[in-house]
Amino acid sequence: MAQTEFVIEISLENKPAARDPVAETIKRDLLAKKGYEEVSKVRSGQYLRINIFANSEEQAKEIVTKMCNDLRIFNPVTQNLNILNVNKL
Amino acid sequence: MTIKIAVIQFPGANCDLDAVHVLNDVIGVETSLVWHNHFKEAEFDGVVLPGGFSFGDYLRAGIIAAHSPALDEARIMLKDGRPIIGICNGFQILIEAEFLPGALLQNESLKFVCKWINIKVLNNKTAFTQKMNKDDVLAIPIAHGEGRYFTDNLKELEENDQIVFKYSTENGNYEPEANPNGSLDNIAGICNLEQNCIGLMPHPERASEEILSPKGTTQGRLFFESMVEFIERRLK
Repeated sequence: MAQTEFVIEISLENKPAARDPVAETIKRDLLAKKGYEEVSKVRSGQYLRINIFANSEEQAKEIVTKMCNDLRIFNPVTQNLNILNVNKL
Repeated sequence: MTIKIAVIQFPGANCDLDAVHVLNDVIGVETSLVWHNHFKEAEFDGVVLPGGFSFGDYLRAGIIAAHSPALDEARIMLKDGRPIIGICNGFQILIEAEFLPGALLQNESLKFVCKWINIKVLNNKTAFTQKMNKDDVLAIPIAHGEGRYFTDNLKELEENDQIVFKYSTENGNYEPEANPNGSLDNIAGICNLEQNCIGLMPHPERASEEILSPKGTTQGRLFFESMVEFIERRLK
């Protein structure tokens, strides 16, 4: 069976327990100061877009999840891995 | 038997030559600078992972170097009890390679901090602190952007005596001003359970010669002298 190319978007978000001074600064010193006081929370993180060949969407997700866990693409002490989107190319 | 130490050089390392110089010329122990892909543990009694910005700090400081073959070699040394020290980026690498627990996050100030600070010795039983006294305060420089230590298991670190150094004032108090990066509980350096591996953000190799210290102190030498003593005892 020919493999399909998928595009998987992931984010690595800081866990709530660890302070996130980048997000705090964006919220306090930019958004609130410029009048966007209705913003109640901001969290920063990293974003990766990975193209991958797999037999199915499920398999593509499995490979990416395993890869991120095995290679510590995120630090499990302070970050969560979120799969945001999976699309066929 | 001659003691041999390796300082591992990753692309983007710095203070690697400083560490080699201090070990060879100040402490007087035979030390080689070894490119990370060429490092073979069998040739060495101890290893230094120096500071810098290995692999450009891409993804997260230390994570790419943590997958270098040098860390597979160093893991053998870790298990058989040989001494390993990670300084600054070396500490970040040891965390990411899971030699040491926790995480090192961006400084709370979001700024790169480069200055002389003080650290207090909490554990003087490790391979790198045996020549220090408990509660000693050492003058030592830091230079980092990602040094905010974090763990979700502080209690376990305390119970196992794994907190080796804390940022303090010159008098040894843990005031907030003494904490340069927002580290949890002022933690500046930790060790593994077996105490043969330590990591810290400050740079002992920059605090080992009078000419480099604003107050003429040389307390950085104690790290390397402790290591030599630890190795001599092991080899007996």
